[in-house]
Amino acid sequence: MGIPLSYVARNLAARRTTTALTAGGMALVVYVFATVLMLAAGLEQTLTATGSEENVVVIRRGSQTEIQSGIDRRQAAIVETLPGIATGTDGRRLVSKEPVVLINLPKRDTGKPSNVVIRGVTPEGYALRPQARIVDGRLPRPGTAEVIAGRSIAAGFRGASIGETVRFASRDWTVVGTFDAGRTAFDSEIWGDAEQMLQAFRRLGYSSVIFRLADGSRFDETRAAIESDPRLTLEAKRETRFYADQSEALSKFITYLGTAISVIFSIGAVIGAMITMYASVASRTGEIGTLRALGFSRAAILGAFLAEALMLGLVGGAVGLAAASTMQAISISTMNFQTFAELAFSFTLTPGIAAGAIAFALAMGFAGGFLPAARAARMKIVDALRAA
Amino acid sequence: MSGDEPLVAIRRLSKVYVRGDQVIPVLVDINLDVARGDYVALMGPSGSGKSTLLNLVAGIDKPTSGEIRVAGVDIARLSDADLAAWRAAHVGFVFQFYNLMPVLDAFANVELPLLLTSLSRRERRERVETALALVGLTDRIEHYPNELSGGQQQRVAIARALVTDPTLIVADEPTGDLDRTTGGEVLGLLDRLNRELGKTILMVTHDPKAAEKAHRLIHLEKGVLAD
Ligand SMILES: Nc1ncnc2c1ncn2[C@@H]1O[C@H](COP(=O)(O)OP(=O)(O)O)[C@@H](O)[C@H]1O
Ligand SMILES: [Mg+2]
Repeated sequence: MGIPLSYVARNLAARRTTTALTAGGMALVVYVFATVLMLAAGLEQTLTATGSEENVVVIRRGSQTEIQSGIDRRQAAIVETLPGIATGTDGRRLVSKEPVVLINLPKRDTGKPSNVVIRGVTPEGYALRPQARIVDGRLPRPGTAEVIAGRSIAAGFRGASIGETVRFASRDWTVVGTFDAGRTAFDSEIWGDAEQMLQAFRRLGYSSVIFRLADGSRFDETRAAIESDPRLTLEAKRETRFYADQSEALSKFITYLGTAISVIFSIGAVIGAMITMYASVASRTGEIGTLRALGFSRAAILGAFLAEALMLGLVGGAVGLAAASTMQAISISTMNFQTFAELAFSFTLTPGIAAGAIAFALAMGFAGGFLPAARAARMKIVDALRAA
Repeated sequence: MSGDEPLVAIRRLSKVYVRGDQVIPVLVDINLDVARGDYVALMGPSGSGKSTLLNLVAGIDKPTSGEIRVAGVDIARLSDADLAAWRAAHVGFVFQFYNLMPVLDAFANVELPLLLTSLSRRERRERVETALALVGLTDRIEHYPNELSGGQQQRVAIARALVTDPTLIVADEPTGDLDRTTGGEVLGLLDRLNRELGKTILMVTHDPKAAEKAHRLIHLEKGVLAD
């Protein structure tokens, strides 16, 4: 058995202020680290949750998003008649040909314009997205200038609440309902009648064609049929993949940036921990000599001081993580860099992020503690005792 | 090992410190035997090498040359790790300034050396309680060093030194930081350890009162034995 952990913990507790300050520095770094990863995870989860495995999104080849895509009516008609498309309860094929347009609307709090996605939806389009539920009001009647707004749009933009009107495409649109699409990208969209949208925006074609597969496992055949058809210049993705791809670049960027910032910050925290641990070793030189005289080995001394540094890191990590976890209560809205539209989502703490944050804190403790612990272990017993 | 072989046998022991190109001889060709159950007081002027000799016998320092056989083992030849294990098993330390761990209470301080044994938690508790009872501190078992007087701290340190039932107890000026009365109590304890428990004690002291209790006096002068 080595030096008891209670000895290690009590020494940390005895130097309350130093311990708190040092652990606080590490907590700050862990907070930044965890928060940034939670941001990326939240974004990813929101966009990934938007899609359904059985749904297929068809867009023009090479366009990353529906906004950039264009599908003319002839091509849309070919896609519509593909075999393998599911039929709804009313016997109609579950296909929705949708125009998707980016417009500007003033934010409710600042009045500053920001981008919002407008989607023209067909009755089948609602059936394809059962996760979008009307929570207030009703669906727009076909053939009218009525729209419904996703929850975060209704809350965040002027005129987007039920009973109000929003102006775009030179027309006023009455908001007749609010829908909740869970934590998905649809929550940040305005939906109206597809034909009305085409007319208002003077569009000749659609942006995307979305359909449900009768058998989700036969996606590859359907994709091959679309992508090998010489009349079509389109590509097909599973809806889940389509939204995951949108989040990938941004969440990767956030993750890399956040990790880089955290690592830079951590140098400061590690130096702080090192100073603290050197001071701890220096102030306990006599105790080190005594422990060695009693028969504790160099390895036991090394272990005790490393344990002290790791414990310091653990305290910092736990505090930082606890602070970061409170961020989950906050829903934020940011630019989806792929579509340049507003996207609402929350910080999401995953078990992976929690483990990563604690590992990061322990790594900081280890980096700060190793040299001081090695110094403690290397001391000659008589020199250490004499210094007491 | 026969009964009349000395517990400690020191042969041609030398220790020199080298500082720059200056060679400082601290112990010169020491030969000394300490019998099992003996109580030896080591005296001499400051800087004569008393602590150095005690540290060498206790296995916390290494000689420049010579042999130190304790219970048949030449400890000068042991590796660092073996020497640590040897100390844990065979030596009890009493220091001038007690050297207790300030963050541990009396119980945990006395228990420390037992953590290096294979004793169970219950056996450790029994041993610690026995040792603290022997030094008369049963009622201070949960007290921290800063809640104890100097004399009480030294008694806790003595309990720590005897709790492993070591072959040898080394004490470097154990009364050096205590007043006459409490110093007397500590000496009384060491005396009992020697007489009642048969512990072999090697003690460095300046205090003639302390030296009186010992069975044997040894004088060091400039690193040379003169008894
Ligand atoms: N680490 C060291 N380096 C150099 N000289 C030392 C060292 N340790 C002890 N000495 C010297 O060895 C001599 C004996 O020291 P010590 O054994 O502590 O004497 P004592 O205990 O009899 O007062 C002293 O002159 C001291 O300065
Ligand atoms: Mg001395």
